[in-house]
Amino acid sequence: MDPVLLSRLQFAAATMFHFLFVPLTLGLSIIIAYMETQYARTGDKVYLRMTKFWGKLFLINFAVGVVTGITLEFQFGTNWSRYSEFVGDVFGSLLAIEASVAFFLESTFIGIWVFGWNKMSAKAHAGVMWMVAIGGNISAVWILTANGFMQHPVGYTIRNGRAEMTDFFALLFNKFSLLEIVHMFPSALLLGAFFVMGISAYHLLKKQHIDFATRSFKIALVFGLVASLGVGMTGDLHATHVSEVQPAKLAAMEAHWETQSNAPIVLFAIPDEENGKNLVEFGSIPGILSFLGYHDFNAVVKGINDFPEDERPPVWITFAAFRFMVLLGTLFILQMIYGWTRRNKLMESPKFLTMMLYSIPLPYIAIQAGWVLAEVGRQPWIVYGLMKTSDAASPIMGYQVMISLIAFFLVYGLLGGVGFYLMGKHARKGPVSEKA
Amino acid sequence: MVLETIWFFIWGLLWAIFFMTDGFDFGVGTLYPFLGKTEQDKRAMINSIGPFWDGNEVWLITAGGVTFAAFPKVYAVMFSTLYTPLLIILFALILRGVAFEFRGQIDHPVWKKIWDVCIFVGSFTPALLFGVAFANIFRGIPFDGQGLYHGNILKLLNPYGLLGGILFLLLFVLHGANWLALKTKGRVKVEAAKIAGKIWLALVPVAVIFLIASKFATSLYDNYQEMPLLFLVIILSVVALLSVRFFLFVEDYFKAWCASAVTIVSCTFFGIIGLFPVLFPSLLNSEFNLTAFNASSSPLTLKIMLFVVVVFIPIVIGYQIWAYKLFKGVMPEDEMEY
Repeated sequence: MDPVLLSRLQFAAATMFHFLFVPLTLGLSIIIAYMETQYARTGDKVYLRMTKFWGKLFLINFAVGVVTGITLEFQFGTNWSRYSEFVGDVFGSLLAIEASVAFFLESTFIGIWVFGWNKMSAKAHAGVMWMVAIGGNISAVWILTANGFMQHPVGYTIRNGRAEMTDFFALLFNKFSLLEIVHMFPSALLLGAFFVMGISAYHLLKKQHIDFATRSFKIALVFGLVASLGVGMTGDLHATHVSEVQPAKLAAMEAHWETQSNAPIVLFAIPDEENGKNLVEFGSIPGILSFLGYHDFNAVVKGINDFPEDERPPVWITFAAFRFMVLLGTLFILQMIYGWTRRNKLMESPKFLTMMLYSIPLPYIAIQAGWVLAEVGRQPWIVYGLMKTSDAASPIMGYQVMISLIAFFLVYGLLGGVGFYLMGKHARKGPVSEKA
Repeated sequence: MVLETIWFFIWGLLWAIFFMTDGFDFGVGTLYPFLGKTEQDKRAMINSIGPFWDGNEVWLITAGGVTFAAFPKVYAVMFSTLYTPLLIILFALILRGVAFEFRGQIDHPVWKKIWDVCIFVGSFTPALLFGVAFANIFRGIPFDGQGLYHGNILKLLNPYGLLGGILFLLLFVLHGANWLALKTKGRVKVEAAKIAGKIWLALVPVAVIFLIASKFATSLYDNYQEMPLLFLVIILSVVALLSVRFFLFVEDYFKAWCASAVTIVSCTFFGIIGLFPVLFPSLLNSEFNLTAFNASSSPLTLKIMLFVVVVFIPIVIGYQIWAYKLFKGVMPEDEMEY
């Protein structure tokens, strides 16, 4: 039993599972804070019912998200001690700042929000929800800054056999991190908006809670439209930057094997990693990859075959993840633009509502695919160009990791099952009807 | 030198605050099956910590994060050598956290029973294992110069380690009982006050044995002998523990809770001061010891982190105290969200 492979599986399982809950926490917290602010400003009880209904779903999701985040803070030490020792000077400080600056804010104020309804004015209570939303989102900023260092290390020097920080602000304004951050925010908001629209659509299709669901849907539609465009634009910027600093990832995500100018983009391919080519290729458009990567149709794009064999990321996973993400991202923009034209005729658009109901899982899939692209595409490096994943694991026994991996699957499987079941149950039940 | 020393004590302080705050949550969860006879009692108990436990738990995350930032080598070796116990603690904390949220979602006795068990296991286990882990750290962990752990996990269950586990468990249960005496009413309050008295009786001999055993199992007292003034910390913990009994007797539960908080903090510092400058001693050879000076981050990182901690930790303490004040007294039933 290879502790490195098992540790990778465990880390992948733990982070991907954690990230099933995080985007909804980030996105929905903002939408709820907006709803509660509207209640505090207008006194309109529908906004209060919205806050409570979406808040209840938010809290179930939040509980699973928070507890599964705890293990991540420690897994670098438990499973990746060589990595931790090597980059702790830089990477560890970002995690510590995350906890002290942001996570405290979120976790303390969520308790106040849940229990504090009778303790303060409506305005103050809405303010508390903003603190939760801000805390969560600032948390994400620091985590992405830490991830950005793994993707594109800056602001450090190698000294005393490890990476030591030399420029905190270079780290803070790492272009890679900033692009991850501006891509992540609209993605999370989009997921939150799809969640609200999907569940509202369910009730509209059942012709129940019509006023409540229509208004919730329309609020989410505005967020969703803006977010879908934001996701697309920042995604494009992000890909361009990847082509600059992670050429191997770019080549893998496009299944681009041979170095050439006027490089084409292929719509669909089955990569053959053994022989360094695509078995099947379909829809090849010349020059587009050169243009997307470098904004020049004639630019030379390095192919996978020109990277040393031990520096190539797995191609087909990276390629497929990228295709999935872009395809879904494009679909979201179309859905939102179409939805905008139907915004005042929701009840007459059952097909659109049905589509939105069944679209709830799609942003989840798109976000997971995005992370697979980011992390698998970075392989074999744990810190790009600096440290290989295979050199990063702890000197622990395979069986230890095997046992904990099984425990992760059991406990997380149970939590995920129960969490989504409870959310589904409350979502279907709908908001409590207004008391007289 | 100075920077590393400051960081050593910040590191200790964060663990102490974690034990002081989440400690009473663990105590409440451990007492939960014994004091929570009726549904009403159970809800009173978990709601009494409802607004706070989540924020309290972040002290653990911060202690872990700060270990990573200021002493990366300690973070790496500590958590990989203590792999299995740490993961057991984390899984326990996961179950506890979701149990509070999930328990009230479905009104069915079996459903509630499942989460009741999780609340107990998720509180009892970390209380005990943190004690076992820290007593073993005081004693030394069998790891070599490569950070490789020698032996199996059962080595941690030596008499001194187990004694530390029982000590922490009793401290947290006492702290939790004081909290319940302060923050509940009726039968639970009365029973909690009674139990606090009994736990106290059990705690005193355990604490005395632990202090004596530390003389033989560890080298914690070396620093005290070099600087006898430090014995004040031990005296403080003894006085605090004695005053817990006094305040229980006069039924001033707020002061009793404060006294148990001081006891926990001073007990933690008893160990931290004794360890200095070692954060993670090796049982195999003191040459492998990880100290504030050979395992710390670069001066620049320590300075930046010091700025962050000095600015933000007081702010955190400020809004957490505000939260405690906001939810002062016994929570009325109509405000119970769990």
